[in-house]
Amino acid sequence: MNIHEYQSKEVLRQFGVNVPNGKPAFTVDEAVAAAKELGSKVTVVKAQIHAGGRGKAGGVKIAKNLDEVKAYATELLGKILVTHQTGPDGKKVNRLLIEEGSNIAKEYYLSFVNDRSTAKIVMIGSEEGGMEIEKVAAESPEKIIKEYIDPAIGLAPFQATRMAYKMHFKPEAIKKASATMIKLYNAFIGKDCSQVEINPLVVTAEDDVICLDAKLNFDDSGLFRHPDIVELRDETEEDPKELWASNEGLNYVNLGGDVACMVNGAGLAMATVDILKYYGGEPANFLDVGGSSTPEKIATAFEIMLDGGQAKGIFVNIFGGINKCDVIAEGIQKAAQIIAEKTGQDGIPVPVVVRLEGTNVERGRQILTEKPVKNVFMAPTMEGGAQDIVKRVEEAKKN
Amino acid sequence: MGVLINKDTKVIVQGITGKTAAFHTKQMLEYGTNIVAGVTPGKAGQTVEGVPVFDTVEDAVKATGATASVIFVPARFAADSIMEGVEAELDLVVCITEHVPVQDMIKVRRYMEGKKTRLIGPNCPGILTVDEAKMGIIPGYIHKKGHVGVISRSGTLTYEATFQLSNAGIGQTTAIGIGGDPIKGTDFIDALKLFNEDDETKAIMMIGEIGGTAEEEAAQWIKENMKKPVIAFISGVQAPPGKRMGHAGAIIAGGKGTAADKIKALNAVGIPVAETVATMGETVVKKLKEAGIYDECHTC
Repeated sequence: MNIHEYQSKEVLRQFGVNVPNGKPAFTVDEAVAAAKELGSKVTVVKAQIHAGGRGKAGGVKIAKNLDEVKAYATELLGKILVTHQTGPDGKKVNRLLIEEGSNIAKEYYLSFVNDRSTAKIVMIGSEEGGMEIEKVAAESPEKIIKEYIDPAIGLAPFQATRMAYKMHFKPEAIKKASATMIKLYNAFIGKDCSQVEINPLVVTAEDDVICLDAKLNFDDSGLFRHPDIVELRDETEEDPKELWASNEGLNYVNLGGDVACMVNGAGLAMATVDILKYYGGEPANFLDVGGSSTPEKIATAFEIMLDGGQAKGIFVNIFGGINKCDVIAEGIQKAAQIIAEKTGQDGIPVPVVVRLEGTNVERGRQILTEKPVKNVFMAPTMEGGAQDIVKRVEEAKKN
Repeated sequence: MGVLINKDTKVIVQGITGKTAAFHTKQMLEYGTNIVAGVTPGKAGQTVEGVPVFDTVEDAVKATGATASVIFVPARFAADSIMEGVEAELDLVVCITEHVPVQDMIKVRRYMEGKKTRLIGPNCPGILTVDEAKMGIIPGYIHKKGHVGVISRSGTLTYEATFQLSNAGIGQTTAIGIGGDPIKGTDFIDALKLFNEDDETKAIMMIGEIGGTAEEEAAQWIKENMKKPVIAFISGVQAPPGKRMGHAGAIIAGGKGTAADKIKALNAVGIPVAETVATMGETVVKKLKEAGIYDECHTC
């Protein structure tokens, strides 16, 4: 789960991390009031969206007085921000962070992530702050410093100190930097984060160490321990279809195309997206309906795919393991009924090609052949099914 | 033969009194698995499918001499259950449970250092040695006995691959579902090592997906150590960066973990990668013929 920068900073404050004073604002008036309250010489107006690269995209403004705060807030609120992480459609700015300006002397990079190969949390630091870390890693890998953390001990003070020296903090800031690292580690552990990224971490002219930006991501599987974090979820940042699906317990990712698919199992679902593209289709989505699907759930999955006219055809690709093909076949029939009742039309409005294999496959195929649903076609093989649906969608688009 | 388990392996089911666990206990018994005990605290003295239940793994091991355990407990208790199995010095623990917090798994991995237990999973379908025994939820009937080992990060793709192999007359030794989590027990290299040393296994099908660099690391290991042909498939070619594709570990992060990188790394060491999910079986057949072991592997 992702949260906004201002929320991340709020969480870090709870762990004693030094972040600039600031307040969120949802309207221009709130922005001006917040700036007034801060009373700082320079005010930073920052667009709050769940994507990086906001600075370069014009989402971060420096205001020297309240009139400028007002002007920038007016400009940014409601604006569609396109950054290298948002995709071409960009993201609408609904919230701002109004923050006091800092007297930056030098910028650094610091992050914590779970490292897969060592099964440890790794702290990554660099004196190249404010840049994309992937770029630094590619161009000057010697400037990337790593400390692997023993989970039984936590981030040892000597490791934090060593990191601070290797990142070339000035002597006056070494202790503050290493203390910040330990607090950030405590936040990472304390909130089941999957990533804590501070870019930039800065040393001010007054030798203070401050997290000027903060990005916290959370391990979804750990959220049951953190109801306070769950509260911070901003549903307006999510794709409406993905949100709908997740509320229904479906694993759905919108891929933007028009050939939809419904699959059981994440691996097969990814592979199905790939095979649709391989045969020339534009995949509309990734959708894993999971192991134990009810007809109602399948009907909802169909509704999500069809919503807004996105799906011009649907490929159902099921390998029945524990869940049986006859149950899936009945599910498709009932789903068609539910949709037919809602639309007042017979069957499903777009062609549906069904590939069934595995447990009780004969019975499943029999169900769909004996009592055929309009627009539902059986595929003898997965390859054949993928090719068939791509062809049907192409034909549908011609008409 | 095969690896990790056979019909003699004495197996415990942790969380056996749960609905899913009870269902799969029946399935495992029917496949021939030697399930000797179940564990659910507070339920000692009960039986599930005729299997006696104990309060602790320690009690179950003492009473039955079990050496392996399969875990079906809810996610928030899974790490603790794994550690209980490790502490009881089991040879093998298979954790089926999905959504185990990553921080819990980091602690588990640290706890396991220097201990004898091998962990498979979490978030995996388990393992199956054909016509011998299975631990987990892999459907038994799709498997046919033979000489190909299967290693996979995905449950349904394990079934899909096995089904295609069986249809092509290529039987299997053991299928190992290593699971879709970013931090887990056994990874590709560990599983490849097992098959490399197994006389019955003549070739290996490995199924990877986006996220992490385990496939790339495996490719390097194969180049340096593998005595047998390896055939691969990678899913997620079309996955957009930064999006989690169902599995907790299936995410392209910081430009790392793309399917293209993995396919490139595998191809670079001579491992054929099936072009689509539908051609996994035929890609194996082709490689077996090239390696001159097709007749030997055509067992069913």
